[in-house]
Order: sequence, then C-alpha cells, then structure tokens
Amino acid sequence: MRKMLAAVSRVLSGASQKPASRVLVASRNFANDATFEIKKCDLHRLEEGPPVTTVLTREDGLKYYRMMQTVRRMELKADQLYKQKIIRGFCHLCDGQEACCVGLEAGINPTDHLITAYRAHGFTFTRGLSVREILAELTGRKGGCAKGKGGSMHMYAKNFYGGNGIVGAQVPLGAGIALACKYNGKDEVCLTLYGDGAANQGQIFEAYNMAALWKLPCIFICENNRYGMGTSVERAAASTDYYKRGDFIPGLRVDGMDILCVREATRFAAAYCRSGKGPILMELQTYRYHGHSMSDPGVSYRTREEIQEVRSKSDPIMLLKDRMVNSNLASVEELKEIDVERSLEPGRWRMQ
Amino acid sequence: MAAVSGLVRRPLRQVSGLLKRRFHRTAPAALQVTVRDAINQGMDEELERDEKVFLLGEEVAQYDGAYKVSRGLWKKYGDKRIIDTPISEMGFAGIAVGAAMAGLRPICEFMTFNFSMQAIDQVINSAAKTYYMSGGLQSVPIVFRGPNGASAGVAAQHSQCFAAWYGHCPGLKVVSPWNSEDAKGLIKSAIRDNNPVVVLENELMYGVPFEFPPEAQSKDFLVPIGKAKIERQGTHITVVSHSRPVGHCLEAAAVLSKEGVECEVINMRTIRPMDMETIEASVMKTNHLVTVEGGWPQFGVGAEICARIMEGPAFNFLDAPAVRVTGADVPMPYAKILEDNSIPQVKDIIFAIKKTLNI
Repeated sequence: MRKMLAAVSRVLSGASQKPASRVLVASRNFANDATFEIKKCDLHRLEEGPPVTTVLTREDGLKYYRMMQTVRRMELKADQLYKQKIIRGFCHLCDGQEACCVGLEAGINPTDHLITAYRAHGFTFTRGLSVREILAELTGRKGGCAKGKGGSMHMYAKNFYGGNGIVGAQVPLGAGIALACKYNGKDEVCLTLYGDGAANQGQIFEAYNMAALWKLPCIFICENNRYGMGTSVERAAASTDYYKRGDFIPGLRVDGMDILCVREATRFAAAYCRSGKGPILMELQTYRYHGHSMSDPGVSYRTREEIQEVRSKSDPIMLLKDRMVNSNLASVEELKEIDVERSLEPGRWRMQ
Repeated sequence: MAAVSGLVRRPLRQVSGLLKRRFHRTAPAALQVTVRDAINQGMDEELERDEKVFLLGEEVAQYDGAYKVSRGLWKKYGDKRIIDTPISEMGFAGIAVGAAMAGLRPICEFMTFNFSMQAIDQVINSAAKTYYMSGGLQSVPIVFRGPNGASAGVAAQHSQCFAAWYGHCPGLKVVSPWNSEDAKGLIKSAIRDNNPVVVLENELMYGVPFEFPPEAQSKDFLVPIGKAKIERQGTHITVVSHSRPVGHCLEAAAVLSKEGVECEVINMRTIRPMDMETIEASVMKTNHLVTVEGGWPQFGVGAEICARIMEGPAFNFLDAPAVRVTGADVPMPYAKILEDNSIPQVKDIIFAIKKTLNI
C-alpha cells in the first residue's frame, strides 16, 4: 500500500510539473477585474481625497506583481553582488518599498517626469531601463546606462532625472522640471521624491515656496520609511506629519505598502496638478528591509522584531498576491511561476 | 555739323560728371557702449532668438536688475521669460538647473557671486557634474551670471572673487569678460553653449563705456569661449590678466612704454578652459611673465598659469621666475585706504614687471 501511495504521489507530483499546471491554469476562469477597498488617506488642506475603492484588472495586477517582484529580486541580487565586492561604493536598496515605485508609475504617464534621491534602483527600472542596464551600471561596466561612470546613485533615463547623491538637492531640481512642464504648456507633471531625512532640508522649503507661488505642476513626495539613515523620524523632526510640512501646499498621507493606495493617490495628485492648481504633497508611509546602505546592517537603531513584523504583515508583494488570489484574479501557481521567472535571470527582463 | 554735336556732347559729359559726385560724408562717430548695455543687448538678442531662453534671479524683472543689467527686459518679454525670485539662492539655482535638465535654457542671475556660495552645491553637484555622471545622457545648458570680485566699500562678505573656485571644477566653463565686446560676445556664447557656464562679471565695469567695433553690433556676434585675446602687442614681457585688472595692466603698459618697456597684455576672457596656447606663445616670445588677478593668491588663477607654464614648453624660455600680482590675502577691509591696497593697483603691476625684468 505504502509503495503504491509513494508511486502515486510521485506520479502526481510529476503531473504537476510545468506542462500539466499550464493546462490547469488555462482551464480556470479568472475574474477580469475586482474591486478593492483601500485605506482612506489623511488630508491636509484638501476637502476631498482619493477614492477609497479601486478596480484592479487581472492584466494590471499581473503587471504590477511582475514589476514588484523584479525590483525585489534585482535588489537582492545587488545585495549579493555587493557582498562579493563586485558592486563598490554606495548601494542603497529599496526592498520593502516596491509598492512606491511601481504604484507611482501606475498613476502617471510615461511622458510625465520623475526625480528622486539615491535609493533609486527601483525607479530606474519602473521608468524604463532594463535590469541588465542597471546591474551593468552598478558593476561599473560600459554597458551600464551611464557607461559605468555614474554608479548606483547616478542613473538616468528618458523623463527620469536620477539618482541624486546630495540629500535634498533633487527637490529644487524637481520643481525646476515642473517649471519647464508649465513653460512648455504640455500638461505634464513632475514627481519630486525625497525621504523623511531629507524633509528637514531648508532647500525643500524654498522649493515649496516657489512651487506654490508660481503654481508649478510639482508633486512633492516624501517616501517616509521611518529612518533617515540611523535616525528615526521622532529623533529628527519636530513634526513627523510630513504631509503637512508643505504648510500652504495641500497634502495627503498614503499607505505606501499598498500599491493600489499609492496608485489611486498618485492619480488624484496628478489630476490636481494638471488642473493648474499648483503643487501638492504626498507622504508615502513605507519601510525598507535593508539598512540605510550596504554598509549598514540596519539593526543598531531598530529591532529585528520590527523588521520581521513589517515583513510578515505588510509586505507589498504579499499584499498584492493575497488580494489577487482571494478575488480570483490569479492563481497561486501562476504567481509562483512569476516568482521563479524573476529569480532565474533578472538581467533578461526589461519592464513589461 | 560735327563741330556743333561736339559742342553739345561736351556739356553732357560735364553734367554727368557733376551727377557722379557724391556728397562728402564724415566717418560715423565710434559707437560707445557700456559693459552693462552690452550684457543687456546680448541677453535681449538671445531671448529673442530662442524661446527656450529665460532669465531668473532676484530683482531681475520689475526692478530692472539690482545693477540695472536686465533693464527693459521684463517690459519686453513679460513674466514668463523674466522671473523675479524670492531670496532663495539654493532653491532657485536648483530650479534653474532642473529646468535646464528638462530642456529649457535658463540664465540664472546671482545678485553677486558671494551669494552663489549658498547655491554652490547646485552649481557643482547638480549642474557641472551631471553630463559626465550620466555618461553623456543628461546635459545642463544653463548660464550662471552676476558680478564677481571686489566692488567699492562693500567689505568682506561682498567682495570675494570666485574665479579660482569655479575654475577648479571639471564640467563647468568659466568666463570673465573685461570690456563691452567681451561682455556681449561671451554672454551670447554662454547662452548658446550646451554646458553649464559661469559668467563672472564685474560691478565696477558695468558703467564703463568702450568702443564697440562694427562686428560686435551684429546679432550673431560671438566671442568664443576658451580663447584669450592679446589686447596689446609687446616684446619685453607677457602680462596676463582677466576682468577689471586688464584695464590696469593696459595703464601700466602705457606708463612703461614711455620708459622703453613694451608689455604684451593678454586678456584671458576665459578661465576654464584656459587658453594656454596663447599665453605660452607669448612667453616664448617675451621670456618674462607676470599674472594679474583680483582674487586671493593661494590656489588662484595666477598659480595655475605658473604651474602650467612650468609643465609646458614655455618654461625653457623664461629668463626670470614668473610673478603673480593678486589681491591681498585678507578678507576685504572696508576703509578706502585699506581696500585700495587690498587689490592690484597700477603701481603694483609696474613694480612686479620691473622686478621681473630686473630694472
């Protein structure tokens, strides 16, 4: 009996190899789309905020999943390469923050503009560069997007202005790109990102002032991952309500671990700017699993328990996966295929 | 009959001869243009030529410019192209650089270059280095301009010369006009250049008129960046300078000429990239070198020229060590007598030349 069971199980597990599972997948009927509830955003100087429900199509869901998983795998690969000393210097990883880069991209057009600071690999990918070009740049090869002359913090693409190493300097630059958008009269917006640490830089307030004064189509985005290097937000800012720090600029606080929340908030903010009302501020509450950079283990100023808790309860990829599986937008096996695909040869996949 | 027709013909020839005569005209008076008006013209022409060019800075619009350099431009071009900024150097310099990255061609004015220190990170890290860091993908066609160096009685925090600081950085072009022709030609070249260009003007020169040659009156008149000009030919000594001190060098040369010493005065026009070819050729001819600048001596423009002379072919032609005439190594004092003695004067230049020539 046991032998027979063993044989049967072998056959069955053999049957669930790729060809069979593909047949299984094809024969299932997935929903085309599903409606999800998302967290209501805290608002500052706004009467209304983004909607609290959103529709996710199967196609979009798979696309976002694939993109987030690609960013995750790419960052983990960079971690490995850094430890092998094939990547040198600075390497700031964004695993944990995938919903931010993928969600923001989902809310804007490719003709819009984006600028960020040094934790930029995810954005470099979502803005259109291939993982191959990114890893080649990180490893100092001439096939890199900056021919190996820039490195981790200085990667550029069409309508993506880096990758900036000086904390806070990218914010006036972003306001300037927004000025060019308005000057050219093309209805484009500029997403100008900075971290919770940079939020205390004086030049950011100078940029807020001029952007509001001149009604620049600039979406200021504070990616708040709770730590500026090793300094927690409570130890750095007299006010940790980053979405209110724009004062006269309306703001919203967004759940940065939920890609749908980020997408809806971005759509809302972009529509606001495009209507000519001037700048708006978004705070994305998110979390990074790695330390500040590869030289930082990331556990001297925060607890392993905290990291573990976020990983198990709020991981952005897991959240999307659960939603999609539970509403029959995709199957577990299908998503697992994507996981495997993305882990094998990250260098092959351009953004799809 | 032939005799009669001959009589008729002659007067006709005489009449046509009369008609051929033109009125005698005197040559037109030489056109005098101040440095201020030259810069104004240059910017006006470039604003007209290219829609993407715009000017921003403190007081550039409704005030007509803190030193009236942008007089009339706001009235002509309006709010979109001539933008008054709040007092936020780091912010508006960054905004200007961002606009340049996105394809516009901003002219970013610093009221004086002393205030550019607040924004120097944007000039160097965001503007100068970007083309290189991006592997040639992202250019930054911006001009930073404003008065540089000593003025009159404005004391230490308002008198620093930034030629050496900006001249130090790869990725930047740095120009330093002396007269009106320089000013107009260089600002136009700077605006048309796709690289970040720092234009170091001089407040004391703004009101000084110079003769404007006819070619400088054309809308396409450009002075090439990276080329020095020999203002005065000479055989005994090469005197190299930039900005206002060029005038002092020419004065010194005039005095020395009476004593039989002929100085070759070179107006650098560009700090970076430096035109060493012109300087070397001159030193190889005269065998003596004096550099003159308003900035501090340590790590200055003159120091760089001397180092490069030593590294190049001209070293073997020197009959005496090169001498630098510079601003005094102190923060600029206020009292006139102290201030006068803190910048190179004509007598200091003459003294240095005579010392080099051992006369």
